[in-house]
Amino acid sequence: MTEVHETHWNRRDFPEAARDLLQNSQTRKNVQNATGIIQAKRNNVVAELPDWQDLREAGAQIRAHTLRHLDHYLMQFEENCTRAGGHVHWASDAEDARRIILDLVRQQQAEEVVKIKTMTSEEIGLNAHLEAHGIQPIETDLAELIIQLGKDRPSHFVVPALHVNRAQIRELFQREMHLPDIGDRPEDLTDAARTYLREKYLRIKVAISGGNFLIADTGGMCIVESEGNGRMCLTLPDVLISIVGIEKVVPSYRDLEVFLQTLPRSATGERMNPYNSTWCGVHPGDGPKEFHVVLLDNGRSPILADKEARQTLQCIRCAACLNVCPVYHQTGGHAYESVYAGPIGAILTPQLNSMKEGRSLPYASSLCGACYEVCPVKINIPEVLIHLRGKVVQQDQATLAGKFSLWNIGMQAAAFLFADSSRLALAERIGQVGQKPLVSKNGFIEWMPLMLSGWTQTRDLRAMPAQSFRQWWATERASQPNGKQPNAG
Amino acid sequence: MRVSLFITCYNDALFPETGKAVVNVLERLGHRIEFRPEQTCCGQMHWNTGYLREAVPVIRHFVRVYQDVEAVVIPSSSCVSMMRDHYIKAAEMDGDAKLVADVEALLPRIYEFSEFLVRKLGVEDVGASYPHRVTYHASCHSVRSLHLGDIPIRLLRQVRDLDLQPIQNAQECCGFGGTFSIKNPDVSSAMLADKVRNVLNTGAEVCTAVDNSCLMHLYGSLHRQRTFVRTAHIAEILASGHVEEQGARA
Repeated sequence: MTEVHETHWNRRDFPEAARDLLQNSQTRKNVQNATGIIQAKRNNVVAELPDWQDLREAGAQIRAHTLRHLDHYLMQFEENCTRAGGHVHWASDAEDARRIILDLVRQQQAEEVVKIKTMTSEEIGLNAHLEAHGIQPIETDLAELIIQLGKDRPSHFVVPALHVNRAQIRELFQREMHLPDIGDRPEDLTDAARTYLREKYLRIKVAISGGNFLIADTGGMCIVESEGNGRMCLTLPDVLISIVGIEKVVPSYRDLEVFLQTLPRSATGERMNPYNSTWCGVHPGDGPKEFHVVLLDNGRSPILADKEARQTLQCIRCAACLNVCPVYHQTGGHAYESVYAGPIGAILTPQLNSMKEGRSLPYASSLCGACYEVCPVKINIPEVLIHLRGKVVQQDQATLAGKFSLWNIGMQAAAFLFADSSRLALAERIGQVGQKPLVSKNGFIEWMPLMLSGWTQTRDLRAMPAQSFRQWWATERASQPNGKQPNAG
Repeated sequence: MRVSLFITCYNDALFPETGKAVVNVLERLGHRIEFRPEQTCCGQMHWNTGYLREAVPVIRHFVRVYQDVEAVVIPSSSCVSMMRDHYIKAAEMDGDAKLVADVEALLPRIYEFSEFLVRKLGVEDVGASYPHRVTYHASCHSVRSLHLGDIPIRLLRQVRDLDLQPIQNAQECCGFGGTFSIKNPDVSSAMLADKVRNVLNTGAEVCTAVDNSCLMHLYGSLHRQRTFVRTAHIAEILASGHVEEQGARA
């Protein structure tokens, strides 16, 4: 399996990228505002369902079952999709997928393609590849259009332009659509986008989409969306190419019953998406004349082989974990330097890259557990984060620099102390004395060296008291092994 | 009941008053407290930082020290969640079937302090009084791992003269996360700033929780900002004011 080939993300470490983003107070405000609104809507519509926990469990079981028999369901999908008149292509990596799609577009002699929001397209860097070969991709999702016009990057995979506010969008449209007099009401902006895009749906012959679900027993596909631009792309052009990760298959059409309840509620706080498109192959006189599905592996199979981390692939990309994440609230999505941001991005990205890139991402979480609590398919993200941290540590310990890093030495030393209470008790006594040069007159530590320095940049630490609990017990209580008599006196 | 106190490594060194308060509260309720000096740490720091192999001997040590107890009480929800959420996994990872069995046998006898009072002993009123305005920080592990729900709040409501103030975004993380606050100090500080603003907005004099780790983090900022808001573990509040209380009753 080859690695993901991406050129448009810098892949700085998370703490470094986050530091830059934290300084952008406008972005932070936009992110906190938008995630707050979505999260509140989500909580309301989830609370309406008495069987929410059962739906989560059902969703988790369907996804886990499918992943255990993924080969079977993918073959079944291929067979049924082909029978319905679709063409199925298998792409083992990003390069494969880009080549297949470019060839298909070239066969149509198309110079432009319309696109529905697709994160797999971002994952394989499709737009840059098409542009490099003289084909202009046009994003039709309003948020993706904003990103494309602003030469920006998505920061959220349901609401890609979540980090931008209305005033900023108006400025962008004034500049890029040459509309100096555009108003700043939401209707003004959507009107402008509609006018800009409508002509393109009617003229351009090839559409590229992602997909929410592949349906094995019918060979069909399902896409849910809010704007209707997707419906246009799925029905108006002559040729439709859908690029979908192999994990997106569900066994049967009936399984959508669960996900079409949990996905919209989790993603946008809606009971149902305004547009739910399901289709199967091609039909003369109705919709595209040609339909292609590109099934993308690109690092997914090895995840499947990891028993602890396999649940990562249960994800249905609702982004509820982003909206609830206190880390994401502070940084927004760009700090993750990855198509997939937030808690799910923190476990998915390094794995898609064989743990060679994004190695700081498993640490980009306080393990607060909010992501697991909201996940509609019950991915235990904190558990997977810890598992991946374990892999990072093992990788580091295999190098000389890692073995002699302060972190490793500190952790080995702590493990040595914790193995025996007499060592720990001695360390406490040494600490009580040894801390003195660091303790200020007020009894607090206001500066610490090396890797601890970040802590004391914004926080004081109370100095260790002169007597630890174990010392107190040994002095005051050990002579009375049964404890004082209750309610003495 | 014979109750064994696992003080936890950081409470032992940094917050001995919390341990004394636990002893005080439980003894008042008529229980015998023992402290096994062989105890060290629960292994959470190693495990959560990815030093999984290094955590196993620490876990094994904990299990060896406590396997014969009637009940272990721990004034730290995150240490208890380490045990409940990860001990079996760690033992399985190590391939030690006996350790798996020992952990399974021990887990039902492990209690977080407030959980022990309310769920095990059925006590909500411990007879404390604490004439202060207090807000309660619901630590992540107490909410999302131990599912303590309103247990700590019920205990605080029974404390005489305590003025309990609700806090905005009660369930959002304070940004500590153990080594997270060291590896990602800037993001952690930003999270902390939001939490501290919410604490200050309550007008409370004291912020309490069932975890001193969060409180150490919060107080780090509260003190740096010279706010005069203090922090106190819930055990210290529940251990307060008994003498006067008994005097008044008599």
